[in-house]
Amino acid sequence: MKWLSDDRLDHLRALVADPDFSSTKYTFVKELARGGMGTVYLAEDTELDRLIAIKVLNTPDVTGDLRGRMVREAQIIARLEHPGIVPVHDVGVLPDGRVFYAMKYVRGSRLDEYAAENSSIRDRLRKFQAVCDAVAFAHAHGVIHRDLKPQNIMIGSFGEVLVLDWGVAKILGRGFSRLDTDWVQGTIIGTRDYMAPEQARGEVEQLDERADIYSLGAVLYFLLTNKLPGEARPRSVNPAISRAAEAICLKAMARSAGERYSSASDLSADVGHLLDAEPVSAYRESALEKVSRWTSKNRFLVLLVLAYLLMRIFFAFTSRP
Amino acid sequence: MSKPLIGVILGAALGVVDGLTAWFTPAVRDQLGGIVIGSTLKGIIAGIAIGFFAKKFHSLPIGILFGVLVGAFLAFLVALMQGGYYFEIILPGTMVGLIVGFATQKYGNSPATVN
Repeated sequence: MKWLSDDRLDHLRALVADPDFSSTKYTFVKELARGGMGTVYLAEDTELDRLIAIKVLNTPDVTGDLRGRMVREAQIIARLEHPGIVPVHDVGVLPDGRVFYAMKYVRGSRLDEYAAENSSIRDRLRKFQAVCDAVAFAHAHGVIHRDLKPQNIMIGSFGEVLVLDWGVAKILGRGFSRLDTDWVQGTIIGTRDYMAPEQARGEVEQLDERADIYSLGAVLYFLLTNKLPGEARPRSVNPAISRAAEAICLKAMARSAGERYSSASDLSADVGHLLDAEPVSAYRESALEKVSRWTSKNRFLVLLVLAYLLMRIFFAFTSRP
Repeated sequence: MSKPLIGVILGAALGVVDGLTAWFTPAVRDQLGGIVIGSTLKGIIAGIAIGFFAKKFHSLPIGILFGVLVGAFLAFLVALMQGGYYFEIILPGTMVGLIVGFATQKYGNSPATVN
Protein backbone atom coordinates (compact mmCIF):
# COMPACT_ATOMS: atom_id res chain seq x y z
CA MET A 1 0.00 0.00 0.00
CA LYS A 2 1.26 3.43 -0.87
CA TRP A 3 0.57 6.24 1.59
CA LEU A 4 -0.23 9.73 0.35
CA SER A 5 1.40 12.72 1.95
CA ASP A 6 -0.71 15.40 3.68
CA ASP A 7 0.19 17.88 0.95
CA ARG A 8 -0.95 15.45 -1.72
CA LEU A 9 -4.18 14.79 0.18
CA ASP A 10 -4.83 18.54 0.56
CA HIS A 11 -4.25 18.98 -3.15
CA LEU A 12 -6.72 16.21 -4.00
CA ARG A 13 -9.30 17.62 -1.56
CA ALA A 14 -8.92 21.03 -3.17
CA LEU A 15 -9.39 19.51 -6.63
CA VAL A 16 -12.64 17.91 -5.52
CA ALA A 17 -13.85 21.06 -3.76
CA ASP A 18 -12.94 23.42 -6.60
CA PRO A 19 -15.95 24.36 -8.69
CA ASP A 20 -16.33 22.82 -12.12
CA PHE A 21 -16.65 25.74 -14.54
CA SER A 22 -16.37 23.50 -17.64
CA SER A 23 -19.92 24.29 -18.78
CA THR A 24 -19.31 28.04 -18.51
CA LYS A 25 -17.01 30.55 -20.20
CA TYR A 26 -14.96 30.85 -17.01
CA THR A 27 -11.80 29.07 -15.91
CA PHE A 28 -10.91 28.60 -12.27
CA VAL A 29 -7.89 30.55 -10.96
CA LYS A 30 -8.00 30.42 -7.15
CA GLU A 31 -10.18 30.72 -4.08
CA LEU A 32 -10.51 34.26 -2.71
CA ALA A 33 -12.77 34.01 0.33
CA ARG A 34 -15.14 31.54 1.98
CA GLY A 35 -18.36 32.56 3.72
CA GLY A 36 -21.33 30.86 5.35
CA MET A 37 -23.44 30.66 2.22
CA GLY A 38 -20.92 30.71 -0.58
CA THR A 39 -17.30 30.89 -1.63
CA VAL A 40 -15.80 33.57 -3.84
CA TYR A 41 -13.33 32.43 -6.47
CA LEU A 42 -11.08 34.29 -8.84
CA ALA A 43 -11.76 33.15 -12.38
CA GLU A 44 -10.92 34.16 -15.90
CA ASP A 45 -13.57 35.13 -18.40
CA THR A 46 -12.24 33.36 -21.49
CA GLU A 47 -14.45 35.31 -23.91
CA LEU A 48 -13.59 38.78 -22.69
CA ASP A 49 -10.12 37.82 -21.44
CA ARG A 50 -10.43 39.38 -18.00
CA LEU A 51 -10.37 38.33 -14.40
CA ILE A 52 -13.65 38.24 -12.53
CA ALA A 53 -14.87 37.14 -9.10
CA ILE A 54 -17.40 34.30 -8.95
CA LYS A 55 -19.50 33.55 -5.91
CA VAL A 56 -20.57 29.91 -5.78
CA LEU A 57 -22.93 28.25 -3.31
CA ASN A 58 -20.97 26.06 -0.91
CA THR A 59 -23.21 23.03 -1.42
CA PRO A 60 -25.69 21.92 -4.07
CA ASP A 61 -29.06 23.22 -2.99
CA VAL A 62 -31.61 20.50 -2.41
CA THR A 63 -34.54 22.63 -1.22
CA GLY A 64 -34.00 25.47 -3.64
CA ASP A 65 -34.02 27.99 -0.77
CA LEU A 66 -30.31 28.82 -0.90
CA ARG A 67 -30.42 29.00 -4.66
CA GLY A 68 -33.30 31.44 -4.41
CA ARG A 69 -31.34 33.62 -2.01
CA MET A 70 -28.24 33.54 -4.20
CA VAL A 71 -30.18 34.55 -7.31
CA ARG A 72 -31.95 37.18 -5.22
CA GLU A 73 -28.59 38.61 -4.10
CA ALA A 74 -27.39 38.75 -7.70
CA GLN A 75 -30.62 40.47 -8.77
CA ILE A 76 -30.34 43.03 -5.98
CA ILE A 77 -26.79 43.94 -6.93
CA ALA A 78 -27.61 43.97 -10.65
CA ARG A 79 -30.34 46.54 -10.02
CA LEU A 80 -28.11 48.79 -7.95
CA GLU A 81 -26.03 50.39 -10.67
CA HIS A 82 -23.70 52.67 -8.73
CA PRO A 83 -19.91 53.23 -8.79
CA GLY A 84 -19.81 52.21 -5.12
CA ILE A 85 -21.58 48.89 -5.62
CA VAL A 86 -19.75 46.02 -7.30
CA PRO A 87 -21.53 45.13 -10.59
CA VAL A 88 -22.83 41.64 -11.40
CA HIS A 89 -22.08 40.27 -14.89
CA ASP A 90 -23.74 36.89 -14.99
CA VAL A 91 -25.77 34.28 -13.07
CA GLY A 92 -25.80 30.54 -13.76
CA VAL A 93 -25.75 26.97 -12.47
CA LEU A 94 -22.71 24.68 -12.38
CA PRO A 95 -22.94 21.05 -13.55
CA ASP A 96 -23.06 19.92 -9.91
CA GLY A 97 -26.19 22.04 -9.32
CA ARG A 98 -24.53 24.84 -7.44
CA VAL A 99 -25.66 28.36 -8.31
CA PHE A 100 -23.05 31.01 -9.08
CA TYR A 101 -22.91 34.61 -10.06
CA ALA A 102 -20.01 36.44 -11.67
CA MET A 103 -19.09 39.97 -10.63
CA LYS A 104 -16.34 42.50 -11.10
CA TYR A 105 -13.04 41.46 -9.53
CA VAL A 106 -11.91 44.33 -7.32
CA ARG A 107 -8.16 44.69 -6.92
CA GLY A 108 -7.30 46.42 -3.70
CA SER A 109 -7.75 45.89 0.00
CA ARG A 110 -10.58 45.57 2.47
CA LEU A 111 -11.38 48.68 4.50
CA ASP A 112 -9.95 47.16 7.70
CA GLU A 113 -6.70 46.30 5.89
CA TYR A 114 -6.65 49.75 4.31
CA ALA A 115 -7.08 51.40 7.72
CA ALA A 116 -4.26 49.27 9.13
CA GLU A 117 -1.91 50.79 6.55
CA ASN A 118 -1.83 54.02 8.59
CA SER A 119 -4.03 56.09 6.32
CA SER A 120 -4.90 59.45 7.88
CA ILE A 121 -8.23 60.12 9.62
CA ARG A 122 -9.12 62.63 6.88
CA ASP A 123 -8.51 60.03 4.19
CA ARG A 124 -10.56 57.46 6.10
CA LEU A 125 -13.41 59.95 6.47
CA ARG A 126 -13.40 60.58 2.72
CA LYS A 127 -13.62 56.85 2.08
CA PHE A 128 -16.38 56.61 4.68
CA GLN A 129 -18.32 59.32 2.85
CA ALA A 130 -18.13 57.24 -0.33
CA VAL A 131 -19.51 54.24 1.58
CA CYS A 132 -22.39 56.40 2.88
CA ASP A 133 -23.14 57.57 -0.65
CA ALA A 134 -23.33 53.99 -1.98
CA VAL A 135 -25.55 52.95 0.91
CA ALA A 136 -27.75 56.04 0.44
CA PHE A 137 -28.18 55.01 -3.20
CA ALA A 138 -29.26 51.51 -2.16
CA HIS A 139 -31.67 52.96 0.42
CA ALA A 140 -33.17 55.23 -2.23
CA HIS A 141 -33.89 52.04 -4.20
CA GLY A 142 -35.49 50.35 -1.22
CA VAL A 143 -32.57 48.06 -0.32
CA ILE A 144 -30.95 47.85 3.11
CA HIS A 145 -27.65 46.00 3.35
CA ARG A 146 -27.89 44.66 6.94
CA ASP A 147 -24.26 43.52 7.12
CA LEU A 148 -22.15 46.65 6.70
CA LYS A 149 -18.70 46.21 8.20
CA PRO A 150 -15.12 47.01 7.12
CA GLN A 151 -14.69 43.45 5.82
CA ASN A 152 -17.52 44.03 3.33
CA ILE A 153 -16.04 47.24 1.94
CA MET A 154 -13.25 47.20 -0.62
CA ILE A 155 -10.88 50.01 -1.50
CA GLY A 156 -9.73 49.60 -5.08
CA SER A 157 -6.22 50.29 -6.28
CA PHE A 158 -7.27 53.74 -7.50
CA GLY A 159 -8.97 54.61 -4.22
CA GLU A 160 -12.47 53.67 -5.39
CA VAL A 161 -14.80 52.40 -2.68
CA LEU A 162 -17.07 49.39 -3.26
CA VAL A 163 -19.66 47.91 -0.93
CA LEU A 164 -19.81 44.13 -1.22
CA ASP A 165 -21.82 41.17 0.04
CA TRP A 166 -25.48 42.04 -0.38
CA GLY A 167 -26.41 38.44 0.47
CA VAL A 168 -28.54 39.36 3.49
CA ALA A 169 -29.95 42.60 2.08
CA LYS A 170 -33.58 43.40 2.76
CA ILE A 171 -35.91 44.75 0.11
CA LEU A 172 -38.22 47.36 1.53
CA GLY A 173 -40.48 47.18 -1.51
CA ARG A 174 -39.88 50.78 -2.47
CA GLY A 175 -38.11 51.69 -5.70
CA PHE A 176 -38.46 48.18 -7.11
CA SER A 177 -40.64 45.20 -6.34
CA ARG A 178 -39.90 42.58 -3.71
CA LEU A 179 -37.69 39.84 -5.09
CA ASP A 180 -38.22 37.24 -2.45
CA THR A 181 -39.57 36.66 1.00
CA ASP A 182 -37.30 37.77 3.82
CA TRP A 183 -35.99 35.86 6.81
CA VAL A 184 -38.61 35.05 9.43
CA GLN A 185 -39.09 37.32 12.44
CA GLY A 186 -36.58 36.46 15.18
CA THR A 187 -33.72 35.56 12.83
CA ILE A 188 -30.54 37.45 13.70
CA ILE A 189 -28.82 38.55 10.52
CA GLY A 190 -25.55 40.46 10.27
CA THR A 191 -22.34 40.78 12.28
CA ARG A 192 -22.65 41.25 16.06
CA ASP A 193 -20.17 44.11 16.52
CA TYR A 194 -21.69 46.19 13.72
CA MET A 195 -25.33 45.29 14.24
CA ALA A 196 -28.06 47.72 15.35
CA PRO A 197 -29.76 46.79 18.64
CA GLU A 198 -33.09 46.14 16.92
CA GLN A 199 -31.30 43.89 14.42
CA ALA A 200 -29.61 41.99 17.26
CA ARG A 201 -33.08 41.42 18.77
CA GLY A 202 -34.12 39.73 15.53
CA GLU A 203 -36.76 42.32 14.66
CA VAL A 204 -36.52 41.47 10.97
CA GLU A 205 -39.81 43.03 9.94
CA GLN A 206 -39.21 46.33 11.75
CA LEU A 207 -35.75 46.89 10.27
CA ASP A 208 -35.35 49.91 8.03
CA GLU A 209 -32.56 52.16 6.71
CA ARG A 210 -31.67 53.22 10.24
CA ALA A 211 -30.26 49.75 10.94
CA ASP A 212 -27.69 50.46 8.22
CA ILE A 213 -27.08 53.93 9.70
CA TYR A 214 -26.14 52.24 12.98
CA SER A 215 -23.75 49.90 11.13
CA LEU A 216 -22.25 52.89 9.29
CA GLY A 217 -21.72 54.55 12.69
CA ALA A 218 -19.99 51.38 13.87
CA VAL A 219 -17.77 51.40 10.76
CA LEU A 220 -16.96 55.06 11.52
CA TYR A 221 -16.13 54.08 15.13
CA PHE A 222 -13.67 51.53 13.75
CA LEU A 223 -12.13 54.04 11.35
CA LEU A 224 -11.69 56.64 14.09
CA THR A 225 -10.30 54.29 16.73
CA ASN A 226 -8.93 51.21 14.94
CA LYS A 227 -10.95 49.21 17.47
CA LEU A 228 -14.15 47.21 17.22
CA PRO A 229 -17.19 49.28 18.23
CA GLY A 230 -17.81 48.99 21.94
CA GLU A 231 -19.22 50.77 24.98
CA ALA A 232 -16.24 53.16 25.27
CA ARG A 233 -16.70 56.56 23.68
CA PRO A 234 -14.48 57.02 20.60
CA ARG A 235 -12.47 59.86 22.20
CA SER A 236 -11.64 57.72 25.22
CA VAL A 237 -10.08 55.20 22.81
CA ASN A 238 -8.45 57.78 20.53
CA PRO A 239 -8.16 61.24 22.19
CA ALA A 240 -6.78 62.68 18.94
CA ILE A 241 -10.19 62.78 17.26
CA SER A 242 -12.39 65.85 17.57
CA ARG A 243 -15.55 66.13 19.69
CA ALA A 244 -17.53 66.76 16.50
CA ALA A 245 -16.26 63.50 14.95
CA GLU A 246 -17.20 61.63 18.10
CA ALA A 247 -20.66 63.24 18.12
CA ILE A 248 -21.30 62.13 14.52
CA CYS A 249 -20.28 58.59 15.39
CA LEU A 250 -22.42 58.48 18.54
CA LYS A 251 -25.46 59.96 16.80
CA ALA A 252 -25.23 57.33 14.04
CA MET A 253 -24.85 54.62 16.70
CA ALA A 254 -27.69 55.80 18.94
CA ARG A 255 -29.43 52.83 20.57
CA SER A 256 -32.81 54.24 19.63
CA ALA A 257 -33.33 54.27 15.86
CA GLY A 258 -35.25 57.55 16.14
CA GLU A 259 -32.22 59.38 17.50
CA ARG A 260 -29.96 58.37 14.59
CA TYR A 261 -29.44 60.24 11.33
CA SER A 262 -32.57 59.87 9.26
CA SER A 263 -30.59 58.98 6.14
CA ALA A 264 -27.13 57.91 5.00
CA SER A 265 -27.00 61.13 2.95
CA ASP A 266 -27.41 63.20 6.13
CA LEU A 267 -24.61 61.23 7.76
CA SER A 268 -22.42 61.73 4.68
CA ALA A 269 -23.21 65.46 4.69
CA ASP A 270 -22.22 65.81 8.34
CA VAL A 271 -18.92 64.01 7.67
CA GLY A 272 -18.40 66.40 4.76
CA HIS A 273 -18.97 69.38 7.05
CA LEU A 274 -16.46 67.91 9.49
CA LEU A 275 -13.88 67.58 6.70
CA ASP A 276 -14.51 71.18 5.58
CA ALA A 277 -14.16 72.49 9.17
CA GLU A 278 -17.81 73.57 9.15
CA PRO A 279 -20.36 73.06 11.95
CA VAL A 280 -21.88 69.57 12.12
CA SER A 281 -25.52 68.92 13.03
CA ALA A 282 -24.59 66.31 15.65
CA TYR A 283 -22.55 68.66 17.82
CA ARG A 284 -23.34 72.04 19.37
CA GLU A 285 -20.00 73.78 19.72
CA SER A 286 -19.11 76.49 22.24
CA ALA A 287 -18.13 80.01 21.17
CA LEU A 288 -14.49 79.17 21.87
CA GLU A 289 -14.69 76.05 19.70
CA LYS A 290 -16.30 78.10 16.92
CA VAL A 291 -13.43 80.59 17.02
CA SER A 292 -10.88 77.79 17.18
CA ARG A 293 -12.46 75.99 14.19
CA TRP A 294 -12.66 79.22 12.17
CA THR A 295 -9.06 80.10 13.02
CA SER A 296 -7.75 76.69 12.06
CA LYS A 297 -9.73 76.81 8.79
CA ASN A 298 -8.45 80.30 7.94
CA ARG A 299 -4.98 79.95 9.41
CA PHE A 300 -3.15 81.86 6.69
CA LEU A 301 -5.50 84.86 6.75
CA VAL A 302 -5.28 85.02 10.56
CA LEU A 303 -1.47 84.94 10.38
CA LEU A 304 -1.46 87.75 7.79
CA VAL A 305 -3.73 89.95 9.93
CA LEU A 306 -1.66 89.25 13.04
CA ALA A 307 1.54 90.12 11.17
CA TYR A 308 -0.11 93.35 10.01
CA LEU A 309 -1.22 94.29 13.52
CA LEU A 310 2.23 93.58 14.97
CA MET A 311 3.78 95.74 12.27
CA ARG A 312 1.36 98.62 12.99
CA ILE A 313 2.15 98.48 16.70
CA PHE A 314 5.87 98.34 15.95
CA PHE A 315 5.69 101.43 13.72
CA ALA A 316 3.47 103.23 16.21
CA PHE A 317 6.16 102.93 18.87
CA THR A 318 9.24 103.39 16.71
CA SER A 319 8.17 106.33 14.53
CA ARG A 320 7.20 108.78 17.28
CA PRO A 321 8.37 112.29 16.45
CA MET B 1 -21.13 87.12 0.51
CA SER B 2 -19.82 88.74 -2.67
CA LYS B 3 -16.13 89.38 -3.22
CA PRO B 4 -16.48 93.21 -3.38
CA LEU B 5 -18.39 93.11 -0.07
CA ILE B 6 -15.66 91.04 1.54
CA GLY B 7 -13.13 93.56 0.21
CA VAL B 8 -15.10 96.50 1.64
CA ILE B 9 -15.59 94.88 5.08
CA LEU B 10 -11.98 93.76 5.41
CA GLY B 11 -10.57 96.99 3.99
CA ALA B 12 -12.73 99.07 6.36
CA ALA B 13 -11.86 96.92 9.39
CA LEU B 14 -8.13 97.10 8.71
CA GLY B 15 -8.49 100.82 7.96
CA VAL B 16 -10.07 101.40 11.36
CA VAL B 17 -7.28 99.46 13.09
CA ASP B 18 -4.73 101.32 10.99
CA GLY B 19 -6.19 104.68 12.06
CA LEU B 20 -6.48 103.71 15.72
CA THR B 21 -2.76 102.98 15.94
CA ALA B 22 -2.26 106.76 15.64
CA TRP B 23 -3.29 106.87 19.32
CA PHE B 24 0.20 105.60 20.16
CA THR B 25 1.62 108.81 18.66
CA PRO B 26 0.84 111.57 21.19
CA ALA B 27 1.55 114.35 18.69
CA VAL B 28 -1.41 113.37 16.49
CA ARG B 29 -3.70 111.95 19.18
CA ASP B 30 -6.03 114.97 19.05
CA GLN B 31 -6.60 114.30 15.32
CA LEU B 32 -7.46 110.64 15.90
CA GLY B 33 -11.05 110.93 14.59
CA GLY B 34 -9.98 112.38 11.27
CA ILE B 35 -7.16 109.88 10.91
CA VAL B 36 -9.50 106.93 11.56
CA ILE B 37 -12.05 108.24 9.04
CA GLY B 38 -9.32 108.83 6.45
CA SER B 39 -7.71 105.43 6.86
CA THR B 40 -11.12 103.72 6.85
CA LEU B 41 -12.01 105.45 3.57
CA LYS B 42 -8.66 104.40 2.15
CA GLY B 43 -9.37 100.80 3.23
CA ILE B 44 -12.85 100.89 1.69
CA ILE B 45 -11.54 102.26 -1.63
CA ALA B 46 -8.83 99.59 -1.71
CA GLY B 47 -11.39 96.90 -0.74
CA ILE B 48 -13.83 97.89 -3.50
CA ALA B 49 -11.10 97.97 -6.17
CA ILE B 50 -9.55 94.67 -5.10
CA GLY B 51 -12.96 93.03 -4.59
CA PHE B 52 -14.17 93.90 -8.09
CA PHE B 53 -10.86 92.74 -9.51
CA ALA B 54 -11.31 89.38 -7.72
CA LYS B 55 -14.80 89.12 -9.18
CA LYS B 56 -13.37 89.38 -12.70
CA PHE B 57 -10.07 87.52 -12.33
CA HIS B 58 -9.83 84.25 -10.43
CA SER B 59 -6.14 83.86 -9.67
CA LEU B 60 -4.63 83.94 -6.19
CA PRO B 61 -1.16 85.23 -7.21
CA ILE B 62 -2.56 87.88 -9.58
CA GLY B 63 -5.19 88.90 -7.02
CA ILE B 64 -2.54 89.31 -4.34
CA LEU B 65 -0.28 91.26 -6.72
CA PHE B 66 -3.15 93.57 -7.66
CA GLY B 67 -3.97 94.06 -3.96
CA VAL B 68 -0.36 94.88 -3.16
CA LEU B 69 -0.18 97.44 -5.99
CA VAL B 70 -3.49 99.14 -5.04
CA GLY B 71 -2.57 99.17 -1.32
CA ALA B 72 0.90 100.58 -2.03
CA PHE B 73 -0.44 103.22 -4.43
CA LEU B 74 -3.12 104.51 -2.04
CA ALA B 75 -0.65 104.53 0.85
CA PHE B 76 1.84 106.40 -1.33
CA LEU B 77 -0.78 109.10 -1.97
CA VAL B 78 -1.40 109.41 1.79
CA ALA B 79 2.34 109.61 2.50
CA LEU B 80 2.66 112.25 -0.21
CA MET B 81 -0.03 114.34 1.51
CA GLN B 82 1.69 113.80 4.88
CA GLY B 83 5.01 114.80 3.37
CA GLY B 84 6.96 112.07 5.14
CA TYR B 85 6.87 108.69 6.92
CA TYR B 86 6.87 106.99 3.51
CA PHE B 87 8.11 103.63 4.76
CA GLU B 88 5.84 103.62 7.85
CA ILE B 89 2.77 104.41 5.75
CA ILE B 90 3.46 102.50 2.52
CA LEU B 91 4.51 99.20 4.11
CA PRO B 92 1.32 98.73 6.21
CA GLY B 93 -0.80 99.97 3.29
CA THR B 94 0.81 97.38 1.05
CA MET B 95 0.13 94.75 3.68
CA VAL B 96 -3.55 95.73 3.77
CA GLY B 97 -3.70 95.30 -0.02
CA LEU B 98 -2.04 91.90 0.29
CA ILE B 99 -4.53 90.72 2.93
CA VAL B 100 -7.57 92.00 1.04
CA GLY B 101 -6.20 90.57 -2.23
CA PHE B 102 -5.74 87.16 -0.60
CA ALA B 103 -9.14 87.21 1.14
CA THR B 104 -11.14 88.28 -1.91
CA GLN B 105 -9.58 85.55 -4.04
CA LYS B 106 -10.04 82.85 -1.42
CA TYR B 107 -13.49 83.72 -0.07
CA GLY B 108 -16.76 85.06 -1.37
CA ASN B 109 -19.12 84.01 -4.14
CA SER B 110 -18.23 84.38 -7.76
CA PRO B 111 -21.02 85.09 -10.23
CA ALA B 112 -22.10 81.98 -12.17
CA THR B 113 -20.63 81.71 -15.66
CA VAL B 114 -23.17 81.55 -18.47
CA ASN B 115 -22.04 79.70 -21.56
